[in-house]
Amino acid sequence: MPSFPRMVAIVGYGAYIPFYRIKVEDIARIWGENPKSISNGLGIFEKSVPSIDEDTATIAVEAARRAIKTTKIDAKDIGAIYVGSESHPYAVKPTATIVAEAINATPYMTAADYEFACKAGTAAIQNCMALVKSGMIKYGMAIGSDVAQAAPGDALEYTAAAGGAAYIVGKEGIAEINETVSFTTDTPDFWRREGQPYPGHGERFTGEPAYYRHIKNAANLLMEKMGTKPSDYDYAVFHQPNGKFPRRVAKMLGFSKEQIENGLLCPVIGNTYSGSMLMGLAATLDIAKPGDRIIAVSFGSGAGSDAFDITVTDAIEKYERQNVRKMIEKKKYIDYSIYMKFRGEF
Amino acid sequence: MAVPRYWREIPARYNLIGNKCTVCGNIYFPPRAICPICRRKSFGKMVDYKLKGTGVVESYTIIHVPPPHFEGEEPYIMALIKLDEGPYITAQIVDCDEKDVHIGMRVKATFRRIMDDGEKGAIYYGYKFIKE
Repeated sequence: MPSFPRMVAIVGYGAYIPFYRIKVEDIARIWGENPKSISNGLGIFEKSVPSIDEDTATIAVEAARRAIKTTKIDAKDIGAIYVGSESHPYAVKPTATIVAEAINATPYMTAADYEFACKAGTAAIQNCMALVKSGMIKYGMAIGSDVAQAAPGDALEYTAAAGGAAYIVGKEGIAEINETVSFTTDTPDFWRREGQPYPGHGERFTGEPAYYRHIKNAANLLMEKMGTKPSDYDYAVFHQPNGKFPRRVAKMLGFSKEQIENGLLCPVIGNTYSGSMLMGLAATLDIAKPGDRIIAVSFGSGAGSDAFDITVTDAIEKYERQNVRKMIEKKKYIDYSIYMKFRGEF
Repeated sequence: MAVPRYWREIPARYNLIGNKCTVCGNIYFPPRAICPICRRKSFGKMVDYKLKGTGVVESYTIIHVPPPHFEGEEPYIMALIKLDEGPYITAQIVDCDEKDVHIGMRVKATFRRIMDDGEKGAIYYGYKFIKE
């Protein structure tokens, strides 16, 4: 039985992906790599690229506005806004206040920015859950949004993408969050030092001791606590640094291809970092039916995983869903030089 | 741009908050202190009015030689947009090819980075428009 009484739910969600895409083959051509082996190796075909005037704050605002629009709640009832990202536009000055102002939720509320590599957005959900459960706030908004950086020529360049998702957490809504657990250790698999434009990483070290270890432990801990097994879930969503890792960890844990396929967005949008698992969950909620059970596990380098056990409620039938998959199809391809222009490399 | 000036304009720049003259019903953006039609009769009778952010392109131009804060973004589209509530607004149209923009095109507001005061300065956000 869940130790966490059922009193916290996802009230609504909104996702945003930039309009531009670059294909793996365009990046591979610059560096003399074989695009087919990159695509096969990473399980990715193209990635989203933020326009020259988009950043973590603009993506977070668009996602937040969609969440507000679809839930039809009064933004003034939101008591807390937390934005998780590893690419906040300012080193000091919150992104969360920009979002709060842009959705007209200010001033009687609290706000802060979170940073935990790719899992800062799910850490924000956990905090909103705690605040709702304690009765401190009516609604909380948790956002994961990123415009990921990658050094030109680095393997990360094929996957580092942009996107975000916002979740409104309250007492009741379209999906109950039955339980959440985390698994956290000090594992330096990926980092970016203060003032540095690009992250560094431990290459193969990012796999077994980092991604796989944390996701597996968090997922197993959650299932143990809930008394569930992989077949009890209709859908599973894992953090998606590339198209390969989530498929492999699903297999290791005993989840089928069908359970993960719809929420697996990385092959067509890349790794949206703090937005990654949250966008996959949004695409899953887009098609979920009342009673469906979802397991969602994030991963943040450094390292940690947050796992969520979610049950979709009847309220989802009346909820105006956004269709993340359809939004992704609205796109325009750019070449490597326009990509460099958008990234401000000139 | 001075930070206080930008900060004062945040409601208009982020959320398209204009105002309405409750005497004649005209809507203004950016907000005006008094209604230019009703003049003194409108004193104290101007109320905030949130625009929906949808409208139509009345005219446009392509900028190839931008002012200093926008260097590196060219070419980009500047348009004169008639909002559905009546006011005209001058704004960039983004995520749209220069060859696709046309008079009569329906557009909606989006939230974008407008400019910054250099690498060390503040970043200014606000409205731009995309195809509806």
